[in-house]
Amino acid sequence: MKDEEIDELKSSRREFIFMGAGLGVIALAAAAGSGVFKFKGDDPDAKSTKVKVLTTDGKLVEVEASQLMNPTEDLYVSREASRHGLPGRKFAMVIDLGKCKNARKCVDACQAGHHLTKDQEWMRVYLLQESPKEAPFWFPRPCFHCDSPMCASVCPVGATYKRSDGIVLVDNERCIGCKFCMTGCPYSVRVFNWDKPPSEDLDIPYSPETNLPGREGTVGKCVFCADKLRQGELPRCVQACPMGVIYFGDVIEDTVTNGTDTVKFSDLIRDKAAYRYLESLGTEPSVYYLPPTDRQFPVERGLEGIDEEVKERYKHTSPYELIKPSNE
Amino acid sequence: MNSDKKQLESKLLAEFVPRLEKTTLSWYLLFGFFLLLFAFGVYGLVTQIREGHIVTGMRDNVVWGMYIVNFIFFMGLSYAGALVSGSLHLFRSHWRGPVIRIAELVTVISLLIGPCFILFCIGRLDRLHFLILYPRIQSPITWDVIAITTDIFGCFIFLYLSFIEDFATLRDRVNMKMPEWRKKIYKVLALGYTGTPAQRKQLVLARDIMAGMIIAIAVIVYSVLAWIFGVTLQPGWHSTIFGPYFVIAAVFSGTGLLIILMWFFRKIYHLEEYITRTHFINVGVIMLVIACFYGYFTFSDYLTKWYGSVKMDKVLIDRLFTDFYWLFIFSNYVGILVPIVVVGLPRLRTINNITFAALIALIGLWVNRYLIVIPTLETPYLPIQDTREAWISYSSTWVEWSLSLAGIAVFGILIMLATKLVPIISVSEMTDDDEKYKQKVSF
Repeated sequence: MKDEEIDELKSSRREFIFMGAGLGVIALAAAAGSGVFKFKGDDPDAKSTKVKVLTTDGKLVEVEASQLMNPTEDLYVSREASRHGLPGRKFAMVIDLGKCKNARKCVDACQAGHHLTKDQEWMRVYLLQESPKEAPFWFPRPCFHCDSPMCASVCPVGATYKRSDGIVLVDNERCIGCKFCMTGCPYSVRVFNWDKPPSEDLDIPYSPETNLPGREGTVGKCVFCADKLRQGELPRCVQACPMGVIYFGDVIEDTVTNGTDTVKFSDLIRDKAAYRYLESLGTEPSVYYLPPTDRQFPVERGLEGIDEEVKERYKHTSPYELIKPSNE
Repeated sequence: MNSDKKQLESKLLAEFVPRLEKTTLSWYLLFGFFLLLFAFGVYGLVTQIREGHIVTGMRDNVVWGMYIVNFIFFMGLSYAGALVSGSLHLFRSHWRGPVIRIAELVTVISLLIGPCFILFCIGRLDRLHFLILYPRIQSPITWDVIAITTDIFGCFIFLYLSFIEDFATLRDRVNMKMPEWRKKIYKVLALGYTGTPAQRKQLVLARDIMAGMIIAIAVIVYSVLAWIFGVTLQPGWHSTIFGPYFVIAAVFSGTGLLIILMWFFRKIYHLEEYITRTHFINVGVIMLVIACFYGYFTFSDYLTKWYGSVKMDKVLIDRLFTDFYWLFIFSNYVGILVPIVVVGLPRLRTINNITFAALIALIGLWVNRYLIVIPTLETPYLPIQDTREAWISYSSTWVEWSLSLAGIAVFGILIMLATKLVPIISVSEMTDDDEKYKQKVSF
């Protein structure tokens, strides 16, 4: 391919890449089943079928169907390729507990993005309290992508592995479902497919970077949205959080961002006295927490506007007594 | 062989051969009952494979349930032979004759059943061969695969070697009332053994080597099994004592089961003459010593956890003494003290009492494994915040029970089949004379 052609293709991509209904793809969702399309160069063999799509600046245009393609084709990262980290990267996450109000948008976005059921939470928000005199707080918990991951150590078949960029993934085409990793993980991060997960029927090639389609009898967990990172985007939970609680970035670049704020990682960690959960276990997590100081919301607000079923789950834990609504 | 031994041999054969020849109605009835239980287990397994592991009581917190408890338990039983028969054989205990075969059978049979339970626990049985195709030697499960396979082969060889002399005796016996094919089996299995001095020497040497080896392998297998728990960071599991603790617990359960089976065979086959109170006391004393060690390990493990009171250890122990109070008392007090008291006080040492104590110990040990596996998984570092009762605390379902009962049934089936193949009391061991060991090659 000549350079001009590549340039042309890139510029046309810029115009024709639409991600998700929110950004304006209205056509063709049914045609390929994914709702995500990109412009493709002329293909003389293709049949001439015109379809309507919406451009980023709001214009409705008609294009040849053959000029559209499913981007998952070239975004697809094989099982083998996903064993190698993005070169020169080392990802980290910083979660500011002072800002979290249990809005649960991170959980929703994660579940939608990974076709999880309501019960399967790769991102989970706990209500914690370190000791009776300390204040309760909301504690979002993704996978910690430990640098010394117990789960990867104990896996008998190498289904779980640690990449050079810090991400720990599960290959559920390799996983035998022995669940040793689940007992190995001290953070209860891992989720088992006890029966057939809804995503098992997805008609896409399997990639450990999304862990889709899911497989019955195998283990799943937070993947740090490795697929998004490969495209230069932030993980779904970071994008979804309305409070900017979750910062994500690269330790080598020494930068983290929550989508609006971009800060120096080492400064943030030092100035706000970040800590890692259960540091004493020696698992070396890649996820840091900023203590819940200077709260933006009282912790009680976390119970507002959430499903009764979700609210119910916090009720048998002791911090709930401190924050329950006065009428209970 | 002197004339006394010859006499004993013909007497034993006269008594046992008819049992091989004829099968009673009650044998068939019991066998049928076990087959029914087995079929129920098969149905449970089919249900589990068809509908997924959702039909079990296991969920994301308690990812290992009754299957793993049974796995540890049956592996422990296999110690009856490995350590007991191995060391009885090596030390040439003069009283071992009537009990050694039962012990050896228990070893091999429970060793065949135990690993099945870990298979029931695996989500993708269709990928089992990945354990061989993509093994990671860093994983304790891989250690387990290697150790258990070695153990099965080792124990099987040891058992087989102990059968050869009896196979040869049965082969040479004329007028046995059984179909030709069964006689042929003895001929093939006897491997042409005729009892020449050279053959004897070889057999004695082989058995000695295997006895030594299976003792070592058994210690390794059970330690590796303990390390599956010990290497994790979970409260209650992350303990350096787990290796030796599991080994001791295994010998304890093995001797317990041996006593119970001795009682059964004595009753069913009227072996009062051969299996006497002395045998019960001797095996009972082994059980007593092991119970003391086991109690000491248990106490030591819980004391250090409780006194140091690391937060999660404390949470776990608090739960053991509240939610699991009676189970804890039963397994770690009653199950240990009853065998010690019953065997320890000469007045209480009747055959029935010792058997009762063994039964209590055996059940206590099963509960002990339950208390090792389940409460720890119900007490993760991050509190379980869930609304669904089944996801918070474990309770086993009918599927798990059906497979557990099937495990017991298979044990019964295989023991019953074995009693049709060889005399349940080893004729060769009974008529064993010390003379032949004098020719033994020392090693």
